Amino acid sequence: MTTTSTPKTTHDDDAVGTGLQLRDITLDVGDGAAKVRAMDSVNLEVAAGELLAVVGPSGAGKSSLLAVAGALAAPTSGDVRVLGEDLAALRKRGHGALATFRCQHLGFVFQSGNLIPALTAADQLRLAYRLAHRRGARSFDPLPLLDAVGMSHRASHRPGELSGGERQRVGIARALVNDPGLLLVDEPTAALDRKRSHEIVELLAARCHERGIAAVMVTHDHDVLTHCDRVVEMVDGHLSAASR
Amino acid sequence: MARMVPGASNLRTCVFLALRELSFARGRFSLMGVVIALIAVLMVLLSGLSAGLVNDGVSGLKALPSSTSFAFDAGTKQDNAFSRSVVDEAQLAAWRDQPEVAEASPMGVSIVNAVTDAGDQVDLTLFGVEPGSFLAPEGSALDDPGGIVVSGTAANLDLGTVVTLDRIDTELEVVGFTDGQATFGHVDIAYLPLATWQLIAAGEAPGGSPTTEQVAAVDVDEFSVIGLKGVPGSALAAGDAEALAAGDAVAETTTMSLEESFNASPGYQAETLTLSMIQWFLYAIGALVVGAFFTVWTIQRSHELAVLRAMGASARYLLRDGLTQAAILLIVFTAVGVGVGVGLGALMPEGMPFALEAPAIAVASALTIVLGVLGAAVAVLRITRIEPISALGGAR
Repeated sequence: MTTTSTPKTTHDDDAVGTGLQLRDITLDVGDGAAKVRAMDSVNLEVAAGELLAVVGPSGAGKSSLLAVAGALAAPTSGDVRVLGEDLAALRKRGHGALATFRCQHLGFVFQSGNLIPALTAADQLRLAYRLAHRRGARSFDPLPLLDAVGMSHRASHRPGELSGGERQRVGIARALVNDPGLLLVDEPTAALDRKRSHEIVELLAARCHERGIAAVMVTHDHDVLTHCDRVVEMVDGHLSAASR
Repeated sequence: MARMVPGASNLRTCVFLALRELSFARGRFSLMGVVIALIAVLMVLLSGLSAGLVNDGVSGLKALPSSTSFAFDAGTKQDNAFSRSVVDEAQLAAWRDQPEVAEASPMGVSIVNAVTDAGDQVDLTLFGVEPGSFLAPEGSALDDPGGIVVSGTAANLDLGTVVTLDRIDTELEVVGFTDGQATFGHVDIAYLPLATWQLIAAGEAPGGSPTTEQVAAVDVDEFSVIGLKGVPGSALAAGDAEALAAGDAVAETTTMSLEESFNASPGYQAETLTLSMIQWFLYAIGALVVGAFFTVWTIQRSHELAVLRAMGASARYLLRDGLTQAAILLIVFTAVGVGVGVGLGALMPEGMPFALEAPAIAVASALTIVLGVLGAAVAVLRITRIEPISALGGAR
């Protein structure tokens, strides 16, 4: 089966090249007495090329939002569309289809990079490419992307030899390898000082704008919100527009 | 840009990560590898010892054609049956009348102590056979009533050495050697004419070298067992139980195929059972150790595996990655261990029952690798329980 890099845009009302649409999402976590409503009637749209920040206290459901948008968790009810693709329909086709969709159209940037300890910066990118492509892995050149995040001089270093900021830069480059339409970013500046935090979020914003990637960034760091196009706040599973 | 879809993971991609992780965690993996190699060394040595003991116990029988069977007197206790059984000419004649028997030949078996003319004490298994029969050693003539043909590997015995049997003072002279080792019950075999054996067994042997007249005068029609050679292609030649039972009924004997008769040689069963039990324990230990290592290894990198799952790697891809690592580790270090083991085997002192046989080592290596991979498989199966969602929210 072959698909094109931009999945079909479906029917939708708004003509904006949508990256992510969440409609009436609820998500219950746990069972019985331990059951918690992590997301409650959440509606959200993120346009292509837009960097959205999600702020809010710990345990408010920010990570759940990322998991649902990133096809890592199925919502209890509601409709998730990523790049126009209905995730529930994909999920019906099996976990393989979801995994394939994730590696081809989604990019994840994790806390403190979450790089593979055994791989050099260049190999982190090569592995991401290999996960999404059957062929052509040999001709893939990770250097231009590493250059785009200012890391080409560290291409042959392993995560253990990189600083926190450098690791996060490599993590961003890795997330961009397969030209994702949607980038999901989890606390990217949690382990960084102020200066590095600004640099990293600036870098993220620039890459998203330039490549037309919709991005959702969960953060605790109010300093870096200036670089984001829009900020929403999540409290007790509810989403609301936030003032800067 | 066209993209190939699903489960985009081929073997090369798998090796990509597996090899880099092996080299990155080379300290840990070498430690595990050394354990695997040591197990392989032990396995080679055990296999050599096992084959060596088998040869030491029954090499004299192993040299016979595989279509051979042995008829023991009915009701003989199986252990040590060769030297315990007594059969006579009538039973031999009954077997000779069986249609599928190409050749039935008497054999006398007894174990003796003797002293060489150089004063060395030796133990010998006397195999009294009819000269020229299929049981007689090839190449060396057994014409002289006082001549013996001994195992090619026997120590302290040269051509012309005269051995004097203890107590009865009968003198026998070494007139030839068998091709290669011929031992029975860990004792070197001395082939001699059946008549001489009967003379000795009947207690009628005089001191000194037995003469043709003395041998001709011997009036004994008993010996230990009957060697049977089946007509080629017959059920009897194949060791078929029914065919043997038919003859047994007439001749009042208990017949065993060549393989079964190994068990009738002293200590054979106990030795082989003990050694194969040790070998099976070794395989089990190997599989468990590898399984334990990969359990810890998988748990250690579970966060990394969750990240890979979130990035879109399928569980199958990660399983293959883990199994590839296990297979590389096992194959490389089993090979190292076998190499070292074979090297050590070459250093074994002369006289130690030790024989390296390629098929046995190949089977043992394959078992070590396959059981090791199985152990690892059980361990890395926990990969399927790793939730990609656990990649979110920090390096816990």
